[in-house]
Amino acid sequence: MLERLEQIRKTAETGLKNLQNMKDVENFRIKYLGKKGELTQVLRGLSQIPENERPAVGKLANEIRDYLEEQLQIIEKKIKKEEEEKKLKKEFIDVTLPGRRPVVGKKHPITRVLDEIKEIFIGLGFGIAEGPEVELDYYNFEALNLPPEHPARDMQDSFYITDKVLLRTHTSPVQIRVMEKMAPKLPIRIIAPGRVFRRDDDATHSPMFHQVEGLLIDRKVTFADLKGTLQAFVLQMFGESVRMRLRPSYFPFTEPSAEVDISCIICGGNGCRTCSHSGWLEILGSGLVHPKVLEMGGYNPEEVSGYAFGMGIERIAMLKYGIDDLRILFENDFRFLSQI
Amino acid sequence: MLVSYNWLKEYVDININPEELAQRLTMVGLEVSSVNRFDKSLDKVVVGLIEDIKDHPYASKLSLCTVNVGDGQRLKIICGAPNIRVGQKVPVAIEGAVLPSGMVIKKVNIRQMESEGMICSAQELGLDANLLPEEQKQGIMEFPDDVPIGADVADVLNLNDAVLELDLTPNRSDCLSVISIAREVAAICGTELRLPVIEIKEDPNTNIGDLITVEIADDELCGRYVARIVDGIKIKPSPIWMQNRLRASGVRPINNIVDVTNYVMLEFGQPLHAFDYRFIKGKKIIVRRAEEGEKIVTLDGQERKLEPDMLVIADAEEAVAIAGVMGGRDSEILEDTSTVLIESANFNSTSIRRTSRKLGLRSESSLRFEKGVNIEGALIAADRAAQLMAQLGGGHIVKGVVDNYPRKWLPVNIELRPYKVNEFLGIELDPQVIKETLEKIGLTIKDREDGCFTVSVPPFRLDLEREIDLVEEVARLYGYDKIPSTIPSGDIGHIKKNRMQILEEKCKNILTACGLMEVITFSFTSPKVFDKLGLPQEHPLRNAVTLANPLSEETSILRTTLIPNLLEVAQRNTHRKVNNLRIFEIGRIFLPIEGQELPREETVIAGLIMGALEKGWNWESQKLDFFYLKGVLEELFEHLNVGDVVWEPTSDYPGMHPGKTAEIKAKGIYLGFIGEIHPSVIENFELPTQASVFQINFEALAQTSESVKMYRPLPKYPSAERDMAFIVSENIPAAEIEKAIREVGGKILKSCRIFDVYKGRQIPEGKRSLAFSLVYQAEDRTLTDEEVDALHERIKSEMVKRFSAQLR
Repeated sequence: MLERLEQIRKTAETGLKNLQNMKDVENFRIKYLGKKGELTQVLRGLSQIPENERPAVGKLANEIRDYLEEQLQIIEKKIKKEEEEKKLKKEFIDVTLPGRRPVVGKKHPITRVLDEIKEIFIGLGFGIAEGPEVELDYYNFEALNLPPEHPARDMQDSFYITDKVLLRTHTSPVQIRVMEKMAPKLPIRIIAPGRVFRRDDDATHSPMFHQVEGLLIDRKVTFADLKGTLQAFVLQMFGESVRMRLRPSYFPFTEPSAEVDISCIICGGNGCRTCSHSGWLEILGSGLVHPKVLEMGGYNPEEVSGYAFGMGIERIAMLKYGIDDLRILFENDFRFLSQI
Repeated sequence: MLVSYNWLKEYVDININPEELAQRLTMVGLEVSSVNRFDKSLDKVVVGLIEDIKDHPYASKLSLCTVNVGDGQRLKIICGAPNIRVGQKVPVAIEGAVLPSGMVIKKVNIRQMESEGMICSAQELGLDANLLPEEQKQGIMEFPDDVPIGADVADVLNLNDAVLELDLTPNRSDCLSVISIAREVAAICGTELRLPVIEIKEDPNTNIGDLITVEIADDELCGRYVARIVDGIKIKPSPIWMQNRLRASGVRPINNIVDVTNYVMLEFGQPLHAFDYRFIKGKKIIVRRAEEGEKIVTLDGQERKLEPDMLVIADAEEAVAIAGVMGGRDSEILEDTSTVLIESANFNSTSIRRTSRKLGLRSESSLRFEKGVNIEGALIAADRAAQLMAQLGGGHIVKGVVDNYPRKWLPVNIELRPYKVNEFLGIELDPQVIKETLEKIGLTIKDREDGCFTVSVPPFRLDLEREIDLVEEVARLYGYDKIPSTIPSGDIGHIKKNRMQILEEKCKNILTACGLMEVITFSFTSPKVFDKLGLPQEHPLRNAVTLANPLSEETSILRTTLIPNLLEVAQRNTHRKVNNLRIFEIGRIFLPIEGQELPREETVIAGLIMGALEKGWNWESQKLDFFYLKGVLEELFEHLNVGDVVWEPTSDYPGMHPGKTAEIKAKGIYLGFIGEIHPSVIENFELPTQASVFQINFEALAQTSESVKMYRPLPKYPSAERDMAFIVSENIPAAEIEKAIREVGGKILKSCRIFDVYKGRQIPEGKRSLAFSLVYQAEDRTLTDEEVDALHERIKSEMVKRFSAQLR
């Protein structure tokens, strides 16, 4: 009997080497280990073997069975792996095909620039104020030290509704409205974004555009404070490498007044078409609040002082996105809006 | 204002080059927008004298000229210009010259005759022909007699000069004067200002009082009138130096008298006028308001109708000039003028401004008077003009001057506290430095015992009125770049963004997340959009704010709805072949209120979608229709926590499809509407497909949006799902059925979702099939099948009863 077992072991070992696929494995299992398998039959027939041989035969048969099972498992695992690899090799997708994108919109570039400016000034301790787009001449001009017949009214050609009512030409009237509401409380720290209107229409002027006004009123506010605030804004808005300069200018509602230039962000200040080869870009007007304006707003200029500034958003958006024709911002071409 | 660098140097030593000067001027507040130089070479172009002209033997239009070009050299030159004359001094390009056009001059044969050079026109020299007399624009350029023969034309024309173009702010109109600019330059360079020396040699045998009297009838409008008379003048071209300076300043030389008035105006900033004395009737100048219906022909040949609020200069009979704006043609300087009356006056700026506006007539003179002219400078300017006219015209100055000066200048004194200067600027300047800084620009300063200054403002600085004006002067001369940057101290404000601002931002975030693109359209629009929208004549939306002076009818009213703006955006896009759109705008509409000056400005949110989401390589296209847009709004309401929203069908909106429009309300408050655009409106806006829109009142939205949203515990027990479908009349709104299902279902019915709506085969006309998916769930136990089935059946039978539904 032992000889027979040895025989079985021998042929089984040869058989193991020839197993190619899962089917072979299954057949092999049936042949040796199945219910009617050779080894199973030996084990089943143990009772008919003489008693003295039984332990040795039993032991050997069990050994062979354990050995075969172990080998089968190893081979099975290997074949499974090979077969899976083969199968996965056949399955593939073209990963260069485009993805199924969720449909999302975008905010208008003007809104995005406005949002950025708001966040910067909120960080600097400013709140956000608003005012009407249809404004009284009083708020738009008179209270800002621009009485009727003032030559500086020529600087801004206005859309009138009546003699006393017009579309605001700048966001500066919000200064007066906020002061009237707050006086004599201190401090005032606001920015006022919004639409403004001037009677102009060409590649560099739109009859409607956006400004952000800034106003700070407190005790002992200085021109140096204005410079510091604007410097902080410029650094955050345009980056650490951008330089800023203040140039004396004239606005009826501020004094001293300053135009604020930044080194050209296109050419880095070396001179290019965008900066008309000057190396500088004018981005905002500013100054200390004129004493007459403080008075009009209900503050005593001997006790408080303040600064104000105003900037055009379109210009900043154009610089930021490299747009050379202002009008494209208001055409609302879907391709432009999706692209920017 | 154009100013010549070389001319400036007559009044001040300049130790920096023109580019650096431009930079420094800009940094003290006189912005130089450009520095212009003549950047072409005129080598071998010299002044020649035409000594002889003969006809070309073989060409009828050409002449043979003998031209003396100096050093005894005479060239034979063939010339075709119509304006050549013997005795003329002209620019001659000699052999070897290269003209700005690139043309090389050499000896050439023209119709068998040799030409040894070329007589040039201004264009050929690369000069601006607009600054030349009419006849020289067509033909060759001509020099005045005083230029030396053989001299380099570039030197003669002072072409090495640099011209600075100043963009002056309205407060610095005093710098419409070379001397005033020179004063600023002196302050920049730390050098002294040299004023021109004026010497008047009067003819002792004459007396101006015998020739003219001046009466100012309206001293409101004319504060001073100075007159001088120069006699025995010969009219001729001005010397080249004066012509060069005028040209550099952008002024066309005309003749010695007119040129002097312009020259002195540029030099001192005082506009002057020269009358031919012959034509002043009655030896009288009257400064008065124009009479009703009075007319005058001005120097430009135009007849002008005057009005009583306009100031004129009149003689005994009629107006001879519009004061400060333009002279009359009938008293202008002619070729045979010999006696000149010089006017140097000061007129009310507002009056000049209005007159100039009304007549649509602006001049170098009105430009200056509008902004204010130094009244104290009138006499000096008259003297300067008389001196130069006598000098250039060979005449003599009549003894005496008429100076009618009813509105004497009152000196302006301002108290200046040096510590205030430092307080405003955030610097620490020594009072002495402040004093010296202000003195540099001509201010006189007296020390006071209390350490403050009394500053006397000179009459040419009309813009300096109060202390802060002086602070600005100190700041700009000290240099803005030297002022430090500090961060403002003190409390910071309390408000950051208010609720509405936060909500608006949220709306934009949600709508863009839902696929809509933000647009920004103009606040003004055309009244025609109401017709295109099909609004009835009396519709309230037609009541719009109207602009008095619009750019065009297209932008003549303020919008009362955003819908037409979005339709126009759609139209513009479809013209560019973009037919699939998803857009929104948040902006204001303007609603006039009876009896109030300002309209009500309401913020609204509006959206438009059109076309479809395009099909992809493994996904289907999706229609951008009413329900897509409604879904966007449902999303918006969900995120803003707007509850109890109802969508009520309406046919009350003109411009909208009567069967596909809904009014939206939340908690009984009107929010706005949504719907498909009426097909005829689609046609009016030339759109290729239907479009759906909504408009929501932002304030109402804010009012219905709950800021607090509480968490609800997730269910602990399993749920059971059942479907039901039935056929009902299509006139019963789905929302009504859903409401009924929920009502019967009670607390245990967790959700009810429509998953199919079907009309067509097997469904009778006028009916539709609705299929609902219901989820049952209890919060405190696991529901049994029997329980769920019983409730489900009850709902079914209830629907059958309430809506005559037929179960499927």
